[in-house]
Order: sequence, then C-alpha cells, then structure tokens
Amino acid sequence: MADIKTAAPEARTEAAEVRPKKKLTTSAMIASIASEGQETRPAPFGHALVEAARADERIVGMTADLGKYTDLHIFREAFPDRYYQMGMAEQLLFGAAAGLAHEGFIPFATTYAVFASRRAYDFIHQTIAEENLPVKIAAALPGLTSGYGPSHQATEDLALFRAMPNMTVLDPCDALEIEQAVPAMLAHDGPVYMRLLRGKVPVVLEEYGYRFEMGKAKIIRGGTDVLVISSGLTTMRALEVARTLEADKVSVAVLHVPTIKPLDTETILREAGKTGRMVLVVENHTVVGGLGEAVARVLLQEGMAPKFRHIGLPDEFLAAGALPTLHDRYGISADAIAASIKGWL
Amino acid sequence: MTTQIGHNTDLPERAYRIRRNALRMGEVQGQGYIAQALDIADVLAVAYFHAMTYRPEDPHWEGRDRFLLSNGHYAIALYAALIEAGIIPEDELETYGADGSRLPMSGMAAYTPGMEMSGGSLGLGMSIAVGMALGLKRKTSGNRVYVLFSDGELDEGSVWEAVMSAAHYGLDNLIAVVDVNNQQADGPSTEMMGFEPLVDKMEAFGWFTQRVDGNDIDAVRDAFDAAKARNAGKPSIIIADTLMGKGVPFLEAREKNHFIRVEEHEWQLALSALDQGRTA
Repeated sequence: MADIKTAAPEARTEAAEVRPKKKLTTSAMIASIASEGQETRPAPFGHALVEAARADERIVGMTADLGKYTDLHIFREAFPDRYYQMGMAEQLLFGAAAGLAHEGFIPFATTYAVFASRRAYDFIHQTIAEENLPVKIAAALPGLTSGYGPSHQATEDLALFRAMPNMTVLDPCDALEIEQAVPAMLAHDGPVYMRLLRGKVPVVLEEYGYRFEMGKAKIIRGGTDVLVISSGLTTMRALEVARTLEADKVSVAVLHVPTIKPLDTETILREAGKTGRMVLVVENHTVVGGLGEAVARVLLQEGMAPKFRHIGLPDEFLAAGALPTLHDRYGISADAIAASIKGWL
Repeated sequence: MTTQIGHNTDLPERAYRIRRNALRMGEVQGQGYIAQALDIADVLAVAYFHAMTYRPEDPHWEGRDRFLLSNGHYAIALYAALIEAGIIPEDELETYGADGSRLPMSGMAAYTPGMEMSGGSLGLGMSIAVGMALGLKRKTSGNRVYVLFSDGELDEGSVWEAVMSAAHYGLDNLIAVVDVNNQQADGPSTEMMGFEPLVDKMEAFGWFTQRVDGNDIDAVRDAFDAAKARNAGKPSIIIADTLMGKGVPFLEAREKNHFIRVEEHEWQLALSALDQGRTA
C-alpha cells in the first residue's frame, strides 16, 4: 500500500534482513501519504517559494530547526541570505517573523503543525494575528500524517487556527495545489496558516483541470448518491473512494474545501442543497472544531437538513504505529471511508 | 519636519512631566500601574529626549528608531512619554482607559500612534525586537530597536530564546532595557523566581551589559550612549534598577504597589509631592 519509512537507516537494514517484507513498521516522523504507483513531485512548497521569491524581494524564509523537514531547504539553497534559522524555538520563530513583517518583509515561517498550533499559539495570536501581519505559516505533519504518536500528530490545528481572528486557514490536497497556494498566500494581505504536505507529494488534482483559488471550494467530480466534503489529503482519499464505489453503483461527488477559513459557504450550501444526496464530511482532524462542525453549522443555520455524516479523528490521543494501520483504525483510509459509506446508504 | 534627537536638555524636567502625565491619567481611572510609570520615567525621558530619532508628527516615519513596549501594562508610562514628545496631544490623557480611547490600559499597536507592538501577554517583545533588528539590518538601515521589558518577564522562557538569538545574529542595533523594580504580580520578582546574577547571565549570553540606577538620570543617559556605540557586534542591555513609585514618597513606601488604587483625595497629594521633588 503505502511507502513506509522506518525511523533510521539501521532500522531499515534490520527490517529488510529480519522481518517479512510486507510487515508494517511504526512509521518515522515523516511517513509518505502517497499510494502505490502514484505520481509525486518533490518538495512542491520549497520550489514554489523559490519561484515566488525570485519575483518578490520581500519574501524571507524562517524555520525552527525543521528546514529540511518542511522543504524550506530548497529556499535556503537558492537564497541563503534570506533564510533565517531560529533554532529549536518556535515562540521566537513567530515573534521574530512578526518583527520582520513589521519591517516590510513577508516571512514564510515553517515548523511542524503541532508546534505552530500548540506551542506557539499565543505568539501567533498576539504578535501576528492581532496586528494582521503578513506572516505565512507552513506547517508540516498536519492531522494524522505521522505514526510517531500524539507529540507529532496535529489533530486539533484546524480548530485552533479557525478560532483565531484574522487567520486564513488552508488545507491543500496535493503538490499542484501547494504550488498554486504559495503565490496566493503571498498575495493575501494578512496572516495565513497552511497545512503542509512535504517531501514527495502526490499529484492528484491535475487530471481534473483544477485551479486553487483562496476562499473557494470546488467540485472535483460530480455524483448523485453522496456528496463528500473534504480537504487536504482526505480529498485525495475521497477521490479514490469515488472510483472504488463506482463498481458498486454508488455515485460519489467530491467537494474539495482547501480554504477552511474563510469558508466558502455559498458553494457548500449550493451543493448540499441538491436533494437526494447524503452529505458526508471527511477530515484529517479531530471531530471537534474542524471542517465537519463548520459545515454542520452552515447547513443548520440555513435550515438545511440533508442526511449528514461526519468522519474525522476521534477525540482522543491517537496511537503510534504505521500510518496505513492508523488511517484504517481511525476511519480515514480509502477502504475505511468506502466501508462507512456503504454502511450508511 | 523635525527630527527629535540629542536634545540632552533638562532631562529631569522631561522626567518630571512624564510622571505628571502618568499621575493625571491614573486619576482618570482611579487606579493603575502608576508605580511602574513613576519608576521608569527617567529611562523614558532619556530614550525619547536624548537617545532616539523620530518625528513626532509622523510616528511611522521609516527613519525612526523603534521602541517596543514588551510590558504592555506600562502603557500609561509610554503614553505619558508620547504626550511629552508631542506624538499624542496632551488633552487626550483625559480619555485614558475610556471606551473608544486611543489610550487603552494595555498597550496595543492598532490603537495608539507611537505604540509599535501589542503587549499584554508578557514575554513577546524580545522576539519581535529580534525580528525587527534583523529586518533593519536587511534594509541596511542605521536605525535601532529599543525594547523595554520588566524583570518579571525574565521568568518567561521565550525571553531567553530571543536573548540567545540576538547574540547569535550579532544584533548590535538592538538595545534592551529591563526594569528591575523587583515587583511582579505575586510579590518581589527575585522571590518569585530568582534571576540573579543578571549581569553575569547576560554577559554569558553574549550581550554588552550595563547595570545602572534607573532613577539616576545621568547614569541612564551615559548607559544609553554606551549602548549606542555598537559594541563589537553585540546586542546591548541596560539593567535599570528602579524604585516603584519614584518621586511620590507615599507611593514609594507602599508595600504592595504592583497595581495600585489611590483614593480620590490622594491624587492631589501625589501631584503635590511630585512638585516638591521637582523644586528640591
């Protein structure tokens, strides 16, 4: 299924020699989210940022000891003098990013989503968002994209950043979308939090002729039985599910919502208002405070009551282990989503 | 356009007027961080009337020195200085802390001309200062970043993240002033969390470090001059030991003066006490 990486080269050697080939081991901090044979592109964020920075001298890159793990090393190689290593200090990272923004620069600041959302929250809230400064946060390992355990599983980042005034919140699905989101983040006058997929990132949306627009939800494919509303990598999974369920004569539409805030309520209402479809929100995030609750609120407020289901991560500290195992266990793998849909129809 | 720099004239009179402005604002609310405003007035007088470059009529002028108030509850002190500097009209002090005022009790950048950051949550200013100092260097600007913070903020780990990084990046355009009045919300700062020996700590962190009596205005002036000399690529810190309530003896004598309430009749007494000190 997925490309599972082990924690260290020694471990990989050991695994190859001792363990049966198919055994899934606890993933390293960075586990691939690509399915087998899927087309990927390396470091789409890093390359897109370099391209943007060639045209805009205000851009600087900053990180807290995670340059290599957020694809910012691509930027560092291209613009070493515009790259600031702030050490393993996330509060400093965002406070200093605010300072550079005060001076007219546009910092792209990277770390893991857990550290941006949980450790540095007050710094982002007070030094960046309260002053509406153009600091662009790119946060790797969003939701459940690491088998390393709760320390690295940012299952509540969307809830936290949705709750922060002035903050725009993005959850892109693939390499194409990340490439297009970077110039949009730059053009936006204010702070942005983007969930970052890094490393070899799948290319999913190209075949649908998709273009990212900040604040816009888009129908990726139509369908008559189920409307899946999703963001980030769950859109990738929803599209797989839609193909799988075709064989079972279940027709699944996929509405991709890469901008979690501000929410494109108009498109959501239009699509959810088409009768006869179950509305299913699937998110790589705790069921508390994310896309599912946001959509439910929009529907209720308009007096819409379609058959509504919500798949998200449970409100608990998640297990360590191999990522495919965890995605199955917590219901956000393609197989698990398909099984849930069939059970509900 | 006037550029305020190097006045060096009658700093004690400036400090007196800053204290007076602060007391008048305190009277409007009947309470506040008055004792801190009184203790830091001498430092602010030197900063705004000796050390810094700025244009009162254009608080966002690119060529200004930046002043960050990390301890946002000292806003009453900074407003008093900004009024004295002509950045805020004097009659606005009547609005201090009122609904719709540009002078809220805790300093916020969007509200007040000359307020460069939003404080309130302690321990933020040093990190912002590091980013600003990096930004000024990127722009090859000769301006400096001044950041004022309180001894209680030394308890915040993020301050030390920033302190370490300022030395790492050789930010000789950064001048920090820490107000050591040995008083924080729960009691004497050194008892809440020991931070001494502070000079040794700051030197070990790679900072050009001076410790002065923060209410000796000549000593404070000399310290600012020495800090501005860009000492071997090091950031500078002035550790200013101050006396809470300085200039008003009955407030100096109060044991718990972190946040004080003053009876209505006492404001006139406080102003009178201040005036006596001025002529003495």
